[in-house]
Amino acid sequence: MSQKVLLTSKEVNIILHRLACQLIEKHLDFTDTIIIGLQPRGSFLAKRIVKLLQEEYNINTIQFGLLDITFFRDDFRRGEKPLEANKTEIDFIVEDKKVIFIDDVLYTGRSIRSALTAIQSFGRPSEIELLVLIDRRFSRHLPIQPDYRGRQVDAINNEKVKVCWTENEGEDTVYLVTTNTQTPENV
Amino acid sequence: MSELTVNHLLGIKYLQPEDIQLIFETADHFKEVINRPIKKVPSLRDITIANIFFENSTRTKLSFELAQKRLSADVISFSAAQSSVKKGETLIDTVNNILAMKVDMVVMRHANPGAAYFLSKNVKASIINAGDGAHEHPTQALLDSYSIRERLGEVGGKKVVIVGDILHSRVALSNIFALQMQGAEVKVCGPKTLIPKHIESLGVSVEPNLRKALEWCDVANMLRVQNERMDVNYFPSTREYAQQYGVDKALLDSLSKEIVIMHPGPINRGVEITSDVADSKQSVILEQVENGVAIRMAVIYLLASKIK
Repeated sequence: MSQKVLLTSKEVNIILHRLACQLIEKHLDFTDTIIIGLQPRGSFLAKRIVKLLQEEYNINTIQFGLLDITFFRDDFRRGEKPLEANKTEIDFIVEDKKVIFIDDVLYTGRSIRSALTAIQSFGRPSEIELLVLIDRRFSRHLPIQPDYRGRQVDAINNEKVKVCWTENEGEDTVYLVTTNTQTPENV
Repeated sequence: MSELTVNHLLGIKYLQPEDIQLIFETADHFKEVINRPIKKVPSLRDITIANIFFENSTRTKLSFELAQKRLSADVISFSAAQSSVKKGETLIDTVNNILAMKVDMVVMRHANPGAAYFLSKNVKASIINAGDGAHEHPTQALLDSYSIRERLGEVGGKKVVIVGDILHSRVALSNIFALQMQGAEVKVCGPKTLIPKHIESLGVSVEPNLRKALEWCDVANMLRVQNERMDVNYFPSTREYAQQYGVDKALLDSLSKEIVIMHPGPINRGVEITSDVADSKQSVILEQVENGVAIRMAVIYLLASKIK
């Protein structure tokens, strides 16, 4: 197994600021917009972006939630490992709101497909957008593309993208890890 | 841990403490799901479940059906009263005929203790015991413990008294196993005729005096007198039973601390508890019903994830 750095802490920081500005450009004061972090790994990125919007850009009206897609996945009973659920924290209705899904890595697109179904349990959003830190090109199983992306990466199947966050792993860094087995984590 | 150690839920005594923990954690997620505007998830859309009830049931059957439908499973329900069982068909034949229709899981209630265990050894499907005679009723014990955990924070270290007809109660036995497995202390209280001989061998003490039992406990689980299982009179009259072993508001208010009142239902109001106790803020009876759906969703989901 070998790994190389895709994004350093400084680069991650610049990208987060750019993504926050792109969101403001489209959503202005976020009155009708809801940010949803996809559990588990998308929650770190979503919390960072919300914090930036609040602290650096003084937008304090953001509605923010976390969505777990475990029970909506299409690979129940199909994998080697049993699926483990995480907490969903959405205490509002998304009816007629603009929803922004935030996840760390977009790979096959299946998680996003599950999230598109799962969010309907909370109402019918007027539109849904997708923001990801890393967009793995040429590996999609479904016709899903991000609206906002941090960095596009070409990675083959025995490579996986590992996103580390200071609050969890002690550093903001993105690695490209090459393994010998084909078990991509960020499906 | 993310997987149960068992392939069937036949009784609490076959589970490990980690299994109960996993079921509770999964039920937490499903409780959030059933409080959403749309209360359904698609996880089990390729699973078919048969509910086979050889004994009467209202809430357990409804609760299981609702749990299965909330998980998007296909459900067929079957009551013995309208079936070929009346024509002399054996249990294995009945179930195998149902399984021939490509059923993955069977939820069964039966009057004979061990019926679910017997089935699990003889048919190819995941079995959930929804009550087998006076033996076990595992999902009821799980939802009882889950309700205690929800109200008091944890089950470990709590004192629970089970009051009433212990002799005929599968709820009592499953509760004793579940509570002890989680580190709670259990007493039973009731007329001597309705306390099984040698119950102390399960690590349970007997307190014949209701007031003393209530003063001791944090939680009182009030069981129904199961007249349908009584072939002889176990106490002189219902009135005398209610006077000796019934809980009313005056008794509850006279205790030195506030205890939690549980009841697995159906309640005989005025016998084991009075209406004002059943409807008081100390009662968790309706929470038990709501938690029942979440617990059954968790059990079905976790067992279904092991069907390959």
